[in-house]
Amino acid sequence: MAPVAPRSGDAIFANVERVNAELFTLTYGAIVRQLLTDLEEVEEVNKQLDEMGYNIGVRLIDEFLAKSNVSRCVDFKETAEVIAKVGFKMFLGITATVTNWDADGTSCSLVLEDNPLVDFVELPDTCQGLYYCNILSGVIRGGLEMVSMKTEVTWLRDMLRGDDAYELQVKLLKQVPEEYPYKDDE
Amino acid sequence: MQFFGGSEISPSLPAPTASGNNALMMYVFNRNGICLLYREWNRPLRTLNAQQDHKLMFGLLFSLKSLTAKMDPTSMDKGNLGVPQLPRQGCSFHSFHTNTYKLSFMETPSGIKIILVTHPRTGDLREPLKYIYNLYVEHVVKNPLYTPGTLIK
Repeated sequence: MAPVAPRSGDAIFANVERVNAELFTLTYGAIVRQLLTDLEEVEEVNKQLDEMGYNIGVRLIDEFLAKSNVSRCVDFKETAEVIAKVGFKMFLGITATVTNWDADGTSCSLVLEDNPLVDFVELPDTCQGLYYCNILSGVIRGGLEMVSMKTEVTWLRDMLRGDDAYELQVKLLKQVPEEYPYKDDE
Repeated sequence: MQFFGGSEISPSLPAPTASGNNALMMYVFNRNGICLLYREWNRPLRTLNAQQDHKLMFGLLFSLKSLTAKMDPTSMDKGNLGVPQLPRQGCSFHSFHTNTYKLSFMETPSGIKIILVTHPRTGDLREPLKYIYNLYVEHVVKNPLYTPGTLIK
């Protein structure tokens, strides 16, 4: 039986159940607003968004693998391409571009031209340190950790702070090999 | 929460027996060796208690994967047997069969392993295993009350 080829992001996006974009944006906005009211400290909110993203990423990776049929990526470059083209398209309906590879291929930038999470959003002066889309960095970190890659994801450019695009830097810290979990004497 | 009944996953490929249900047992493991799901439909001989049985099964698969990767004739030399592999190396085996049963295996890059033990004449089970993985995703992963890494009830 011939192996099934990985499906393109557009094909999956057409097949997947979709929610109204405005509902999604407004729900996310309400979550961030509520976190700001509860926690009050902008740093705390950033951390909490990252945690939430991590928990989402840990589950999202299974759905992504099941729907997109990608096989194991050979190296980090391929992983970044797959996240940008298939992953973002499948879940958010946008495509990201991969740029700025560093010399050993362990760090790259994902540039998003438009971002459905930030429609209608403006940051007030009291929340200038807030990374509004920090949940996305948590999702990528969580997802990659479940495929044995420890990464660090940070925001380089953020349109809500006056830049012209959204840029995420994904840095591969290390690849964790699979280990036999049971101890020998048990 | 009931995962699903045995009859849904019977492979629809021809088998010499008259009964429709081919599957004998099913296991689902996660990357840490925890058995998330175990179901049996027709297992006449039972030799070990459940804990040891799961450990044995997981250990068997882990070693088989390692062995098949090291003996791969189409790839470069990778180091000695027993060294934990980096994620991108190594091929993965699909199934083995003996004169009494056939064991089919599927592993995802996220470490979820699905094992199906069936009648020996069953055909290639890769499609049904993918189908089971999709079911797992739909009902288990998306369930907000389920903690990843615990037993599926």
